[in-house]
Amino acid sequence: MALYSEKVMDHFRNPRNVGVIEDANGIGEVGNAKCGDIMKMYLKIEDGIVQDVKFETFGCGSAIASSSMATELIKGQPLSEVKKLTNKAVAEALDGLPAYKMHCSVLAEEAIQLALEDYQKRAGEKID
Amino acid sequence: MIYADNAATTRMSDAAIHTMTVLMKEAWGNPSSLYTHGQNAKEILEQARKDVAEVIGADPSEIIFTSGGSEADNQAIRSAAALGRTKGKMHIISTAFEHHAVLHTLEALAKEGFEITLLDVHANGIVLPEEVEAAIREDTCLVTIMAANNEIGTIQPIREIGAICRSKNILFHTDAVQAIAHIPVNVSEDHIDLLSASAHKFHGPKGVGFLYARKGVRLTNLIEGGAQERGKRAGTENIPGIASMAAALKETYAGMAENAARLTVLRDRLIHGLQQIPHSALNGDALRRLPGNVNFCFEGIEGESLLLLLDDKGICASSGSACTSGSLDPSHVLLAIGRVHDVAHGSLRLSLGEDATEEDVDYIIKSVGEVVGYLRGFSPIWRDLMSGKKEFIL
Repeated sequence: MALYSEKVMDHFRNPRNVGVIEDANGIGEVGNAKCGDIMKMYLKIEDGIVQDVKFETFGCGSAIASSSMATELIKGQPLSEVKKLTNKAVAEALDGLPAYKMHCSVLAEEAIQLALEDYQKRAGEKID
Repeated sequence: MIYADNAATTRMSDAAIHTMTVLMKEAWGNPSSLYTHGQNAKEILEQARKDVAEVIGADPSEIIFTSGGSEADNQAIRSAAALGRTKGKMHIISTAFEHHAVLHTLEALAKEGFEITLLDVHANGIVLPEEVEAAIREDTCLVTIMAANNEIGTIQPIREIGAICRSKNILFHTDAVQAIAHIPVNVSEDHIDLLSASAHKFHGPKGVGFLYARKGVRLTNLIEGGAQERGKRAGTENIPGIASMAAALKETYAGMAENAARLTVLRDRLIHGLQQIPHSALNGDALRRLPGNVNFCFEGIEGESLLLLLDDKGICASSGSACTSGSLDPSHVLLAIGRVHDVAHGSLRLSLGEDATEEDVDYIIKSVGEVVGYLRGFSPIWRDLMSGKKEFIL
C-alpha cells in the first residue's frame, strides 16, 4: 500500500498550473511556514470566468497535489461554481487523502476562496 | 535503490538470516525444558548472551534480552526510578533530544511525581559533561543520555558523563541503539550502569534487543510471568531472533573500525556536496557524529515532498518534517538544537550503510540538488526569500 493514491502521486509529480500570474486580479495565500504548509493561488478572472489559475505551494506531497487538483477543478469555471468548491470535492477528485492529510485539501479550498474575496474587493463586485 | 536510511533500520546480514532460519528449523525447543532438545536451545541462548556481552565489555549475566530498544529503554528507566523512589530520590536528568522511548517514559514518570531536568544540547547537538554535573542534585537517581542521536547522529561524551555519575554514585543509563557496533561503546570503560540496544540497527532482526544492567542494579519487571531472563523479563525466549542478533552484532562489530573509517570519508563527501546547495545547513556537529549520518535543513522546502521525489529517484531517506512525524510539529531533535519551525520542516536525514559507495554519494548529492531546486521553484516562501520580502534564516 502506497502512502497516497495514484491520483495524488500524479498531481504531486506532475503538478498542473504551477507558477505565478503576473497580472492576476485575485490572490489568496493561506497557511504558515511554522506548521509546514503555505499555499498561494493566483486567479485571472475575466467575464465572470476563471480564465487562468496558477499556484505556488510550500508543503508536503498532498499539499502540492491538493493545490494542483483545486486549480484544475476551477479553471474555466464561472465564479458561481468556484465559490461552491469545497475541500471534500478536492479530496474526492484525488481519490481520497489519508485522514491526517485532509487539512491539505482545506488549505486549497481556503486559498481559492481567499483569492476570490481578493478579486471581489478589487473589482468591487459581488458573486451570486 | 540506494538505501540511505540505516538509522531507521538496516538490512539483515546474510549471517543473521542464516542463523535465524537454521535455528527456526533446528532449535525450536523451549530453553526452559529439561530434555536435550530444550537444553540445546538453552545453550544457543547462553552463547548469544556471551557474544553480546563480549562486544560491550559486560558479563553475560548482565544481559537481558528484550523485544528491542524501546523496551530496554523503558525497563532501564523504570528500574532506576523505582530504586530512586525507595530512597526518596525522585530527580532524573536527561536531554531534550532523546528518543521518544526515553522522553515518553520520563513524561510518564513526571506524572508519577518525578522531577525531570532536560539538558540543553546546544547548537551542535552535544550535551556538556559539566552541565550534567551542575544539574546533579542530592535527590538525583538517574542520568539518562543517549550515546548517539538517532536523527542528527551527534555522539555524546558518555565516558565523561559516566565518570561523573559513577563518582557521585548516581545510575547512568545510555540509549545506545544508534551507537552499538557503529562506534566503540564499552560499559566498563564508559562507566555505564544501564544500556539499551536494538538488533535491527546493526543488521539483525526487528523485534529483538537487549538491556545491559550492571551487576547489583536491581531491575523492575515490565512483563511479569515465568522465570526467564533471571526472572526480569518473562516470556519464552525468541531463540532464533536472539541468536540472529548475536550473529549480526559479532559480524558488524568485527568490521566496525574499518567501516567507520570508510564511511566517514563518504559522509564528509556527502556533507561537502550538500553544502554547495545555497541556503542549506548541516544539523549537528560536523565531526563528532556517527560515521554514516548526514542531516541537513534546506530553506524554502518541505521534507515530505523532498522524500517522495527522492524515492522516485530510487533514494530512501527520512525527514524531521511535521508531515513525516504525523504531528504538527517538526522533529523535537531539530527544535532542541535551535532550528526554527520554518527550516526544521525542510530537513533531510541520510544515514549511509556499510555498502555505500562513492557513486551512491555523488548520485545523492546530484539528486538532492535537483529536487531542492525544483521544489524551491514553486515555493511561495522561496519567492519571498528571493525577493527580499522575507529574510533568509540559513
